[in-house]
Amino acid sequence: MGLAKRIIPCLDVNAGRVVKGINFVGLRDAGDPVEIARRYDEQGADEVTFLDITASSDGRGLIIPIIEAVSAQVFIPLTVGGGVREVADVRRLLNAGADKVSMNTSAILNPNLIAEAAGRFGSQCIVVAIDAKRADTASGWGVFTHGGRNATGLDAVAWAEASARLGAGEILLTSMDRDGTKEGFDLDLTRAVADAVGVPVIASGGVGNLQHLCDGVIKGGADAVLAASIFHYGEYTVRQAKDFMAAQGIEVRL
Amino acid sequence: MTHIAVIDYGMGNLRSVAKALEHVAPEATVEVTGDPERVRAAERVVFPGQGAMPDCMRELDRRHLRQPILEAAQSKPFLGLCIGLQMLFESSEEGPTPGLGVFSGHVRRFPDDRMFSPAGQRLKVPHMGWNEVRQSGKHALWSGIPQDARFYFVHSYYVQEHDSGVGAASTHYAFDFTCAVARENVFAVQFHPEKSALPGLALLGNFVHWKP
Repeated sequence: MGLAKRIIPCLDVNAGRVVKGINFVGLRDAGDPVEIARRYDEQGADEVTFLDITASSDGRGLIIPIIEAVSAQVFIPLTVGGGVREVADVRRLLNAGADKVSMNTSAILNPNLIAEAAGRFGSQCIVVAIDAKRADTASGWGVFTHGGRNATGLDAVAWAEASARLGAGEILLTSMDRDGTKEGFDLDLTRAVADAVGVPVIASGGVGNLQHLCDGVIKGGADAVLAASIFHYGEYTVRQAKDFMAAQGIEVRL
Repeated sequence: MTHIAVIDYGMGNLRSVAKALEHVAPEATVEVTGDPERVRAAERVVFPGQGAMPDCMRELDRRHLRQPILEAAQSKPFLGLCIGLQMLFESSEEGPTPGLGVFSGHVRRFPDDRMFSPAGQRLKVPHMGWNEVRQSGKHALWSGIPQDARFYFVHSYYVQEHDSGVGAASTHYAFDFTCAVARENVFAVQFHPEKSALPGLALLGNFVHWKP
């Protein structure tokens, strides 16, 4: 026995409200991040990730009071991503109660941001999120931004290695080919990155059923699996996912 | 009303630690402070830490907190968390800055050449996530917490004590390492009880009521 594989529900937050249908029985307010995070905690989620998708600049700061409120009531690790542009943003989120902060486009534009943030706050709280898609690069996957529309020219595996070298403590790897398809993770991509880096890798993008979560760990070599819609729409609870994984011999926290 | 000082030396977020203590002890006064006199005045002291140990030691000294911490570690219920455990030792592979030397022993980095599972799979560093904590014996802070309960870890360094009598728990990651030490009024853990759901809150609750 040893370290458990983690299941991480992801919540999209827009201007202070959780978006996407949250289908918990008896939920008073389907958009309330605190209540939703607490439900996930009760189900046995190992961490919760908040992704701030707020497009308008005036709504962006609203994630801060949310993280403050959640961290005062939910005692599992919280990761926050979206709109992190500079070290000051990382500091603000950590001070609000985030345990880890994830950066994506800003790290691509300025890789030194990873080193600077890790040097200041420690690698343990710096996650680099990579949106990858099949492309004509060395590994066969490129790094994309803007929801998979813009190619950066970077190779996904090489960028993951560089991120870890610069100080990222974890890689959140999303397949843009699979995201939203419910066809399962891109297992070859997951395996390529998990084998290439010495830091933990979170698989993301494409989960449609519980077998997909198992495949991400067993075939993809992921240390953690992230999913949104299968939990949000009440198809499965985190507890069901863990029971299913445990039955396949995957070590989980029950 | 118990007065608990959470020592703030400018390294990272102490909000979660304070909130978790307030959650388990609504009657206590939880004060996040970097003032040496407030640390001296507290009845209980929590010594957290994040980031790199040498940086943490430097900030402690800059704020004149070394002496009040050493005093607290000799006189009142004292709980070290994560780097707050590592700093209680003599030295660390993370840098040349010596630790506080409350415990004899050293802080080591997980060695790359040993980080494999029995099945030969590479184990990632940092050791990040929920792992089982094997209690070495009875202790007031383990009260009500099942043997092998999982706690949340995130670290790349671990402590190696010289005095085997102080180990209070171990965890397995490639090999067994000490994840908790205890001696008289001091208890310190490598994991994050403030992020470890029910077992973590139970441990913090036990600390608040601990009478060493």
